[in-house]
Amino acid sequence: DTWISTQKKIHSQLSLPVYPLQENRQFGSKMTDSKYFTTTKKGEIFELKAELNSDKKEKKKEAVKKVIASMTVGKDVSALFPDVVNCMQTDNLELKKLVYLYLMNYAKSQPDMAIMAVNTFVKDCEDPNPLIRALAVRTMGCIRVDKITEYLCEPLRKCLKDEDPYVRKTAAVCVAKLHDINAQLVEDQGFLDTLKDLISDSNPMVVANAVAALSEIAESHPNSNLLDLNPQTINKLLTALNECTEWGQIFILDCLANYTPRDDRESQSICERVTPRLSHANSAVVLSAVKVLMKFMEMLPKDLDYYGTLLKKLAPPLVTLLSAEPELQYVALRNINLIVQRRPEILKHEMKVFFVKYNDPIYVKLEKLDIMIRLASQANIAQVLAELKEYATEVDVDFVRKAVRAIGRCAIKVEQSAERCVSTLLDLIQTKVNYVVQEAIVVIKDIFRKYPNKYESVIATLCENLDSLDEPEARAAMIWIVGEYAERIDNADELLESFLEGFHDESTQVQLQLLTAIVKLFLKKPTETQELVQQVLSLATQDSDNPDLRDRGYIYWRLLSTDPVAAKEVVLAEKPLISEETDLIEPTLLEELICHIGTLASVYHKPPSAFVEGSRGVQHKRLPGSAGSGESVESPDPGAAATETPPAVIPSQGDLLGDLLNLDLTPTTTTGPPPPTTSGMQMGAMDLLSGGLDSLVGLLHQGPPSLSASPSTTTLGGDIGGNPAMGAAFGAAPATMPASFNAPGSGGLDDLFDLGGGVGMPMGALNPPKAVWLPAMKAKGLEISGVFVRRAGVIQMEMTLTNKAMSVMTDFAIQFNRNSFGLAPAGPLQILTPLSPNQSIEPLNNLQVAVKNNIDVFYFSCQYPISMLFVEDGKMERQVFLATWKDIPNDNESQFQIKDCHLNSDAASNKLQSSNIFTIAKRTVEGQDMLYQSMKLTNGIWVLAELRVQAGNPNYTVSSVALAVRSLLCCVLLLTSCISVYFEDQHFVLIHNQSCLNSPTFILGRWKYLMVIQVYRKH
Amino acid sequence: MIHSLFLINHSGDIFLEKHWKSVISRSVCDYFFEAKEKAAEPENVAPVLQTPHHYLITIYRGKLFFLSVVQTEAPPLFVIEFLHRVADIFQDYFGECSESVIKDNVVTVYELLEEMLDNGFPLATESNVLKEMIRPPTILRSVVNTLTGTWSNVGDTLPTGQLSNIPWRRAGVKYTNNEAYFDVIEEIDAIVDKSGTTVCAEIQGVIEACVRLTGMPDLTLSFMNPRLLDDVSFHPCVRFKRWESERALSFIPPDGNFTLMNYHVSSQNLVALPVYVKQSISFFDSGPCGRLDITVGPKQTMGKTVEALMVTIHMPKAVLSANLTATQGSYTYDLATKVLVWDIGKLNPQKLPNLKGSLSLQAGAPKPEDNPSLNIDLKIQQMAISGLKVSRLEMFGEKYKPFKGVKYLTKAGKFQVRT
Repeated sequence: DTWISTQKKIHSQLSLPVYPLQENRQFGSKMTDSKYFTTTKKGEIFELKAELNSDKKEKKKEAVKKVIASMTVGKDVSALFPDVVNCMQTDNLELKKLVYLYLMNYAKSQPDMAIMAVNTFVKDCEDPNPLIRALAVRTMGCIRVDKITEYLCEPLRKCLKDEDPYVRKTAAVCVAKLHDINAQLVEDQGFLDTLKDLISDSNPMVVANAVAALSEIAESHPNSNLLDLNPQTINKLLTALNECTEWGQIFILDCLANYTPRDDRESQSICERVTPRLSHANSAVVLSAVKVLMKFMEMLPKDLDYYGTLLKKLAPPLVTLLSAEPELQYVALRNINLIVQRRPEILKHEMKVFFVKYNDPIYVKLEKLDIMIRLASQANIAQVLAELKEYATEVDVDFVRKAVRAIGRCAIKVEQSAERCVSTLLDLIQTKVNYVVQEAIVVIKDIFRKYPNKYESVIATLCENLDSLDEPEARAAMIWIVGEYAERIDNADELLESFLEGFHDESTQVQLQLLTAIVKLFLKKPTETQELVQQVLSLATQDSDNPDLRDRGYIYWRLLSTDPVAAKEVVLAEKPLISEETDLIEPTLLEELICHIGTLASVYHKPPSAFVEGSRGVQHKRLPGSAGSGESVESPDPGAAATETPPAVIPSQGDLLGDLLNLDLTPTTTTGPPPPTTSGMQMGAMDLLSGGLDSLVGLLHQGPPSLSASPSTTTLGGDIGGNPAMGAAFGAAPATMPASFNAPGSGGLDDLFDLGGGVGMPMGALNPPKAVWLPAMKAKGLEISGVFVRRAGVIQMEMTLTNKAMSVMTDFAIQFNRNSFGLAPAGPLQILTPLSPNQSIEPLNNLQVAVKNNIDVFYFSCQYPISMLFVEDGKMERQVFLATWKDIPNDNESQFQIKDCHLNSDAASNKLQSSNIFTIAKRTVEGQDMLYQSMKLTNGIWVLAELRVQAGNPNYTVSSVALAVRSLLCCVLLLTSCISVYFEDQHFVLIHNQSCLNSPTFILGRWKYLMVIQVYRKH
Repeated sequence: MIHSLFLINHSGDIFLEKHWKSVISRSVCDYFFEAKEKAAEPENVAPVLQTPHHYLITIYRGKLFFLSVVQTEAPPLFVIEFLHRVADIFQDYFGECSESVIKDNVVTVYELLEEMLDNGFPLATESNVLKEMIRPPTILRSVVNTLTGTWSNVGDTLPTGQLSNIPWRRAGVKYTNNEAYFDVIEEIDAIVDKSGTTVCAEIQGVIEACVRLTGMPDLTLSFMNPRLLDDVSFHPCVRFKRWESERALSFIPPDGNFTLMNYHVSSQNLVALPVYVKQSISFFDSGPCGRLDITVGPKQTMGKTVEALMVTIHMPKAVLSANLTATQGSYTYDLATKVLVWDIGKLNPQKLPNLKGSLSLQAGAPKPEDNPSLNIDLKIQQMAISGLKVSRLEMFGEKYKPFKGVKYLTKAGKFQVRT
């Protein structure tokens, strides 16, 4: 029908192609390699040996082919090594190549024999034919035997400078191979520098291979500053980009993506030169180009015409990727998922290409569904819903479930569509397909949370399906609905009672929910349900060994028995609405992933450091800031600053339910019940308290890269949180500091209130001496000592770098791991002169924790005093302070003592002020000076403190004046919203109270999540 | 980059392995087998799998799995593209890409793989470069070789394309008859809902070229209506700047067959469907049976005949048999796969084909929940459904007059009608 299909006929008559293809398969099959597999097992090796040593060239080659064939199917033919190597000296290129193939496979197991081949290799490297030269150097690099690699250096050096570009490009790759075998050798021989020079080679293919080799070396060896990109090299790369092969283009584009342009003009000019790659037939080239553009776009001003043009140009190539093979589609979809989260405007009109086709593989279907929801908006919701309804009737269970969930997400995301979504879900429930019904009930519960008092009319329909629910999540959701709307369901007590029968067989999720629901029911209809509530409380507290369930049971029990009114307020409190977007990737992570578009990280939606083996040095990539907004050190979260409208991140469906469950618990902190006396109550409060402390102490442990995975084991708060006994001791009024406070972890606290040392010192900010952070022993001769100080509103890290090694150190750079307060170096580490042995220098630099030089990368952790984070405008208004103070529930306080402090209250106040801890008020009660103080952290969190100073007693019985400091964390929260706080695996939701616009509310939690609070604040 | 390659057949045997760096044990494939076990259909195995130390990136082509092992943070698209390229080359060399053919040519395959990748970096992936280095198996050479006894499958000079900035073309090409033919092939992807409304429709187009021209010809292909093409991807030979400024394809072609460009006409431009389908498939609540009634008619064919028309229906599992009458063509119902295929052939606009009759269900089975979906196959010769037309082909750089020609073909891609 087409030219291609008819061409064979035509061409066999008209012209004689140089390489005719496949004229006769039948005949051909007789001549094929399959005959090599049919040799008899018996004496096979012996036969081959004889043939290999034959005088006839032809027979030799046939024999080598048989050997190779056996090798490819995994037979062991290593015994023939000497015989095969003997065939190497030949002018027949095919025979030579076959022998090389054999060598590469078996040299490792026969290193002594392999050495026999070296002479031939070295000779071949001098051959006049560039193909042979290249082949020799290429093969030598593949023989992973130390003895051979030694001989490789000289030929390789020559080949790197060969006149023929084909040889040069092969040699470039060989450097990477050699580095993989023996990195030290490559460095000692100076091959890395030669490789760097090849970036400026005149041949684009050589440039591409040099870039590929350097990138690979840099990945396994992050300290070497190999790809030192500057405008000149960038220009060379861009020129080579136009001329090299498709694979070379990928290497070059990936390398370009690591560059940070100096300004928006450079950024634009690079974008302009990269854009044509979007029309390449190779999808990997397209996606790498998309990565470069997505990254450099960040620097372009939004009002620029070019910015809009670029946005428009990005959509078609992404759509085209979706018409490729399913495997390519899958990777493309995972990346598009990231792109639509970062820049939804690119694909907002392309909804239809994500519609699922019947014969798409399941992994493509699921990804498409995800993107459909992300792109759903008021404009296209009708279409989307019609599609989703269609999907919900398909065969594949996973896909159907996800489609039903998607309908619920649409309802929550697009308010106008909620009604239609609910009626669609009801239709689906009518199908009575078991798993559809269960999914529908789970999502309807979320819809109730989002739009209370709107769709409760459907409850009757839901209740009809009660019996068919067999999955915990669906059961829990249904129970929640029954409990929440107990007053509208006539037989709510019967329904819940029916669940209660098999209480112990239920999962924890269902048990907790059932407990809460019955308590709610009791508070709503106390008369009929007394027996029921008794029953569930006893089941939960006495017959269960699940601590969560028991604790919650006790709390309810005490609440109900001590103060039913308070109980009502607590349990039936109005719930915050759930947010519209679910499953969003955290903004900072999203930024990092955008920098990794097209890589495995983008498929897994995890940073490479989280999964790539041996990537200890993988650096966290960040998007460049937009034009003009230089990042200052004090910007608490540069990531959030770059995002225009940072979306609130709330956990996905499963977590939401967990939140729901715990919702009923936490109002204890906001409604202000009388101080709890029972153990059950205290537990709850202690959890919150220790959370706060945990974070306070946790921040003294600014996550050092090597430690970041397990900081909680070293922080004080972690201990307290995990140990109720200690927590209880802590709650007791002015106790002395628990012993563990003196643990190394609390050094920062000591620093902060270490007033004693300051008697003879001039008034000034806390100025501790430098400490050795990285001993020379651990860092191949580089010793780093330093200290953190706050000067003129800027946090600074002063470091002394001392070279105690014998050789000169150069190429210094510094990087910080991500940390709670978003501290980052303001500028690169500027050490202009190489560091000679025993020389030390003191650059003034701003803050923290991986230092590299020409030798290696070194990691160390150092604590910075928390006082450094206190900002200058931390002085609270008196009135605000007063109101805030009153609003803090007592159990949010923590106290400890400072010993050996010889200051009077004024001196203490002055000293604290110099560290940006401001005294708001002072009063004297019974000979005690009370100082009320406020401070504010760089991330906007307020800390209020009360300092009690006993006037100096002339007869010191104890040589210490005890100062009691009440310190607590509070956060001024401007939004009525709920915050998720994670404690290890459990999550808590701490709520707001209604009037929080006027009175600040208090959040205790891990610092990680205080970042989230920051996002709310900006909103 | 790419560490190793395993070729795995349909039943899960590894029949070839190749390592470009150190040797990785076959046992790494166990993770893949596990995933394959879980996925019911081989098509549904996820293409990227994570194992404790490696990544497995797989494609499924011609009932074979090409499984590559990656150890570092490599771009998966790069790997997938490369694997498809390997399969393409096998296809090109051996005429098909199957287990038996690969086994028959295992040494050539091995030589090819060695030549395509060095240390995990692609080395030569252009078919014409490879063919200069490793000759494809041909009967002619086999005969010559057996006679003379001095044969070699391997070229001993550096392929000319390897280093020039047109790597896709070799020097010194000679033909007695010079020809340049182009096929414009368009596939319609569409979803039509129950009521007959088009939910979405788009066209995936491709221009396949078959160019056999002597020397270094420089071609320019221009279109009557290039405005249709706003979403294109080109073979590396196409000069992008010329396309941007003149909307014409200017290129020095590779020798032989190649894909010149792919394009995509999206749903924003109105895509007209060539046929309509009237269907009703229903199952009765009362008894274990249902009814089926399908009619296909022409819609937008620009006077051309619709050929090779075929309707494929994946029936619900409960459907035991079908008792139908077709006014044209024949139907088959495969009990095992539950697929009903109605092969219609040419569509006659005067007498619309119809398939009608009853379906019987397993006794006692509940009424099926899922609605079957119809997949349509069709072909229309001499028409590109998007309306794209080539206006002319010019040649520069060489003196002779080549034969030229363009053919058009429209096919159904993923053309689906919901019920």
